[in-house]
Amino acid sequence: MSPAVTPGTIPGPPAEPVGKPAPRNEWPLWEVFVRSKAGLDHKHCGSLHAADPQMALQLARDVYTRRQEGTSIWVVRSEQIVASDPGEKAAYFDPMADKVYRHPTFYELPKSLDHM
Amino acid sequence: MQASIAVSRDPAVQYLLRIGDTCLIHAQRTAEWSGHAPLPEEDIALSNMALDLIGQARAVLTRAGQLEAELGGSAHDEDQLAFLREERDFRNLTLAELPRGDFALTMLRNFALATFMKLLWTKLERSTDAELAGIAGKALKEARYHQEHAGGWVVRLGDGTAESAARMKAALDTLWPYFAEIFESDAIDEQAAATGLGPRWAELAADWREEFAAVLGAAGLALPADRAFRSTGKAGRHSEHLGYILAEMQHLQRAFPGGVW
Repeated sequence: MSPAVTPGTIPGPPAEPVGKPAPRNEWPLWEVFVRSKAGLDHKHCGSLHAADPQMALQLARDVYTRRQEGTSIWVVRSEQIVASDPGEKAAYFDPMADKVYRHPTFYELPKSLDHM
Repeated sequence: MQASIAVSRDPAVQYLLRIGDTCLIHAQRTAEWSGHAPLPEEDIALSNMALDLIGQARAVLTRAGQLEAELGGSAHDEDQLAFLREERDFRNLTLAELPRGDFALTMLRNFALATFMKLLWTKLERSTDAELAGIAGKALKEARYHQEHAGGWVVRLGDGTAESAARMKAALDTLWPYFAEIFESDAIDEQAAATGLGPRWAELAADWREEFAAVLGAAGLALPADRAFRSTGKAGRHSEHLGYILAEMQHLQRAFPGGVW
């Protein structure tokens, strides 16, 4: 099973260190999200090692936006991301495969709303 | 071998050469980290910044060459000014040509120079030379980032482990005597101030000292005592290190005149 996350709760502040202590000669890993232009979402584009948040942000700027890829950057400590368990993929996602009625395509819309 | 060029002694041209040459030589030293930085991300960051500085040098040297022609001399382009001048005709701060040292020394120098350049570009945005004002507008954004980047490292290392703190302290002791040259004013500064080309560099000393001291304080370091020593790169009298940089930088153009990529 994936680590239990109670619905409605937000994981607390950086649990530092999670599991075994990080080796002292290795900086923490950060995930980098870049927004390419206003109005679009921040998209995950990679990760990097950095000693602190400011450094993570600066290195992300230098590594991931040097060809004008971005207008905004988020960095998140990788260990802060709670991920679904790949082993539970079937239980998590397969049940949705035969529930096409969840797509809003079965309603007859009046002509005036045709372009929704 | 390609012969050297003689450059105008006009104060306005000399003022521009001080800026352009400091950017150029600082860029050369910064670029020495390409492939040698302590981590790949920092390698890219330093290469990016070296390229920012090359871009600034190109723009300012181009303007200096145009100005030579406007003043009735012969025009020189950016390549001629970079590759065909003798060591004594370079007007960069001695600080920029000192060997790159360890990472602490590089970061402290980058911080000191970026802080100065940020203050200088801010003033130059109001230069009576429209071309220079335009260059300053673009360069200011770059310098602000260079300052932030290097300042972060000065604090991180100064306030880090015993080893990193000792190295930052050693870097400060090594570089401190060379900072004074930045703010030494002379006739070239006076002329630039009189014509509105740019500020006397001495006018930036108080702001520089304040910003520098604040970051040093956060890094757990104190400003050393001022010293009587003055380096003289701005006047063309350089340390023994500049010749080696120029030899490496210029030999291709000297050997293959006009060669292009």
